[in-house]
Amino acid sequence: MAPVLTVKDLSVRFALHESEVTAVNNLNFTLEAGETMAVVGESGSGKSQAFLALMGLMAKNGTVTGQALLGDVDLLALSKTELNQYRGRDVAMIFQDPMTSLNPALRLKQQLAEVLVLHKGQDQKQAEASAIAMLERVGIPEPAKRANAYPHQLSGGMRQRVMIAMALLCQPKILIADEPTTALDVTVQAQMLDLFKTLTDDFGTSLVLITHDLGVVAGVADRMMVMYGGRAVEKGSVDDLFYDPRHPYTLGLLHSTPHIAKRAERLDPIQGMPPSLEHLPQGCAFNPRCAFAFDRCMVERPALTAAGEGREKACFHEGPMRYGKVA
Amino acid sequence: MLADNRIKSVASAEAIASEVPAKGRSLWKDAGRRFMANRAALTSLIVLLAVVVFTIVGPFFARWSIEKIDWSVVGNVINAGAPSLETGHYFGTDEVGRDLYSRVIQGTQISLLVGLVGSAIAVIVGTIYGAIAGYFGGRLDSLMMRFVDIIYSIPYMFILILLLIVFGRSFIMLFVGIGLISWLGMSRVVRGQTLTLKNREFVEAAIATGSKPRDVIFRHIVPNLLGIVAIYATLLVPEMILLESFISFLGLGVQEPNTSLGALISEGAQTMQYGTIWQLAFPLFFFITILFTFFFVGDGLRDALDPKDR
Amino acid sequence: MNQTPVNLLEIRNLKKTFSIGGEGLFSRPLTLTALEDINFTIRKDETLGIVGESGSGKSTLGRCILQLLSPDQGQVLWLGQDLTKLPAEEMRKRRQDLQIIFQDPLASLNPRMTVGEIIADPLRTLRPELSKEQRRERVLKTMAAVGLLPEMINRYPHEFSGGQAQRIGIARALVTEPKLIVCDEPVSALDVSIQAQILNLLAELKDAFGLTLIFISHNLSVVRHVSDRILVLYLGRIVELATGDEIYMDPKHPYTRALLTAVPIPDPRLARQRTIDGLKGEIPSPINPTSGCTFRTRCRFAQPQCAETRPVLETLDGGRLVACHRWREIEAAEPIGASA
Ligand SMILES: Nc1ncnc2c1ncn2[C@@H]1O[C@H](COP(=O)(O)OP(=O)(O)OP(=O)(O)O)[C@@H](O)[C@H]1O
Ligand SMILES: Nc1ncnc2c1ncn2[C@@H]1O[C@H](COP(=O)(O)OP(=O)(O)OP(=O)(O)O)[C@@H](O)[C@H]1O
Ligand code: SF4
Ligand code: SF4
Ligand SMILES: [Mg+2]
Ligand SMILES: [Mg+2]
Repeated sequence: MAPVLTVKDLSVRFALHESEVTAVNNLNFTLEAGETMAVVGESGSGKSQAFLALMGLMAKNGTVTGQALLGDVDLLALSKTELNQYRGRDVAMIFQDPMTSLNPALRLKQQLAEVLVLHKGQDQKQAEASAIAMLERVGIPEPAKRANAYPHQLSGGMRQRVMIAMALLCQPKILIADEPTTALDVTVQAQMLDLFKTLTDDFGTSLVLITHDLGVVAGVADRMMVMYGGRAVEKGSVDDLFYDPRHPYTLGLLHSTPHIAKRAERLDPIQGMPPSLEHLPQGCAFNPRCAFAFDRCMVERPALTAAGEGREKACFHEGPMRYGKVA
Repeated sequence: MLADNRIKSVASAEAIASEVPAKGRSLWKDAGRRFMANRAALTSLIVLLAVVVFTIVGPFFARWSIEKIDWSVVGNVINAGAPSLETGHYFGTDEVGRDLYSRVIQGTQISLLVGLVGSAIAVIVGTIYGAIAGYFGGRLDSLMMRFVDIIYSIPYMFILILLLIVFGRSFIMLFVGIGLISWLGMSRVVRGQTLTLKNREFVEAAIATGSKPRDVIFRHIVPNLLGIVAIYATLLVPEMILLESFISFLGLGVQEPNTSLGALISEGAQTMQYGTIWQLAFPLFFFITILFTFFFVGDGLRDALDPKDR
Repeated sequence: MNQTPVNLLEIRNLKKTFSIGGEGLFSRPLTLTALEDINFTIRKDETLGIVGESGSGKSTLGRCILQLLSPDQGQVLWLGQDLTKLPAEEMRKRRQDLQIIFQDPLASLNPRMTVGEIIADPLRTLRPELSKEQRRERVLKTMAAVGLLPEMINRYPHEFSGGQAQRIGIARALVTEPKLIVCDEPVSALDVSIQAQILNLLAELKDAFGLTLIFISHNLSVVRHVSDRILVLYLGRIVELATGDEIYMDPKHPYTRALLTAVPIPDPRLARQRTIDGLKGEIPSPINPTSGCTFRTRCRFAQPQCAETRPVLETLDGGRLVACHRWREIEAAEPIGASA
């Protein structure tokens, strides 16, 4: 089966005062129908910008190159008005702070119905009925009553549910969720992640889950892509990357994440800090923090290459990785 | 004792070191750089300095004092009192034959002084008053701010005019009058800012580390207020100059033979109908130059210091 | 190791309310109960974790302990001495022993001061007898202890990343050689790798300086990682207090049980096997607290008695605390076994 989305050589650059930074560098990936792909990496690694660029939601000083094929349509080649047709209908995005994307002056019912009227050409009555049905689907109690509320009258978790409802109204092929649960409490987060799972199963939507929390990834994702300094450094199935990471950065992230079941005396964190995009190190961008770096890493940049069945990595190191105190 | 030798492997400092220059860049230096990059502000600052230098150096070139009447022009000011290098009246004379060059210089001096003193009083009194009200809050705050409200609500002009009439017109009275209100707005601004600063974590941290209220105010809050105080003070200078001009315009300002830009403009405006346009033009030129340059400098400071608008 | 634990701090009957609103002409001020019936002790040399959802009162508790907020009622006994009754000047001096680390590393540093001035500030106020050189020496030693280089002493906070800024905050808390540090979400704003570095640093410093820590976080994995005992707060009340192992292996309160199943685990196979105890809804408003058990609106074990009487905080064997009418029945009906 053909993937729903094929991204080729996606790069995002930002013009600064006197220089330019490449926030996303030559990103390639495919997204299959119905799968959940997690995008992980530390702050500033380019996770959000890569997908904002796909949605045509970039800051004014940014430029994007590459291709993003949704079927045979290249999203990046579309004009603003053309892109608007796809946005919301075929590809939808939700953000960490739902308040930024909800209009505070409109009742939920109105905002939700608007989307349907716009993209599906439904009449207002029909649209409101579908909106209420969708609110019920995402687990909002008494949806008919709540539909009359304004966004500020809802709790954070409820708002995020409304965002998801809005995103799913047109049954998009792809849903991009940028840190959707970071601002929520764990119990609510668990409810949301559960909701994501059932909804992607029911609607066959492909989900891109941008997060820095490996715990969240393990719970819901099928595949994952690890980003560092604007590039993908490892890609593969969640099980492969969690149980047999091949890139030192992936390994380091795993060892940095506390695990409730294991009370280790000490964590084995990656040393040092994430790089600034303006001063990326020569060679492999990870080399100053890498426990396995050798001469080649200082001069040459590893390309993303196949590293076994259905997985890729960008690292010169071969063979097993012993890490810190954990063998 | 500090347990430095007991710590074996505290996170590798080398990794953290990176490429850091040893000397820090303070926010002030950063702001300085941003200010220098602002064309309008920098030009204004230079022009302003030029005006100041002119008021200092200018008198050495004057051939007439501010009060000496040039009898040769009296009665024929429209012709003989026009600006001229020969007569030594570079800016012409006023209606009674006094040298306008000297008078404009003095007026500029006085106006600048009024502006600076007013603004200095605002900085000192307003900052301390506002910081104390904002920091302690509660009843003290209500009381202090209510007092400000009351003074604000009394028609200021009325008081000032009353003061000037009762105590007579004098320099001191003018400064007292201006100082009396200049700090009111400042204290409100500072109080508001203090209220936000007070809830910032670093202030809580200072309290948690045992700082006394005085230290919290003067070491932690006031230095962080200086940015906004500097901006407000700069913008206050033209406001004070305007105020003084207005008073002078009413004929209540500085006392003859002393003068100020406001007084000169007022006189110039009255005699404009006789065609002695220079009597208005020169003071007005300095007046507007000072107002605009202060405004642009203040605006430049705001851009440079206020992190929100960056 | 087997010394009898010394109670460094004892909290008795602590209550804290805030009055909110009421500024308007016609609105009566509302009372928000942020903490109520708080009773527990902190032993010397332990790390006590405090977990709870947003708004459950974690920060308020930390601040009441440090007297940065004054509680409405109750006692905070520091080695037997009630801090709430201490005159301001004496409390100020006592601050040498009790310090705090904040969540937002940059916001907690004065932007106009250099790193050296920030770290030296507590010494200036609390140890005025030290000379300038002695102060500087201590600052440098403390900087070294938290992994900051000496040449950073003249730099300003905005020149540092979040992780480094947090190290500066830790150095400031450490410089007076306190006995107790309240860490209020010290790693929540940091990236995972930096978070792990800071957690390790705190653990090392705790051993090296003989510190007692109160570690506040909404992240149960992090709390479990660092804590000896864990206090679970819900809507301003203690629902459970037990050792980390007990909380993880043998939680008694329905809220703790639900919380545990909701914590994300970075292990795909375990995560898939797990069934989440679907806790419905969200934490209710603290303004009009429910009668009886505060958790009953979300508790699947709730029964009429839970609405009538408030469960008391029961002390069980080994000093663990739990506040639920029905924990025994629940344990019998649904033992925590293989599920964890
Ligand atoms: N308008 C812009 N101009 C310049 N640089 C930008 C701009 N927007 C983003 N960047 C830079 O692009 C990089 C990638 O940002 P991005 O938001 O994608 O990070 P992220 O991986 O989503 O991080 P986070 O976890 O913090 O959300 C960052 O280093 C950021 O500073
Ligand atoms: N100064 C204040 N005025 C009014 N209400 C307050 C104040 N400080 C805290 N509260 C309220 O008290 C309750 C407890 O707040 P607290 O900050 O202790 O929660 P928390 O557990 O630390 O939450 P978070 O995880 O969001 O930091 C909340 O409902 C909060 O809104
Ligand atoms: S290429 Fe070298 S430096 Fe980069 S991750 Fe692999 S081993 Fe480390
Ligand atoms: S007292 Fe009742 S409502 Fe409260 S936790 Fe126990 S069973 Fe649930
Ligand atoms: Mg992001
Ligand atoms: Mg808090």
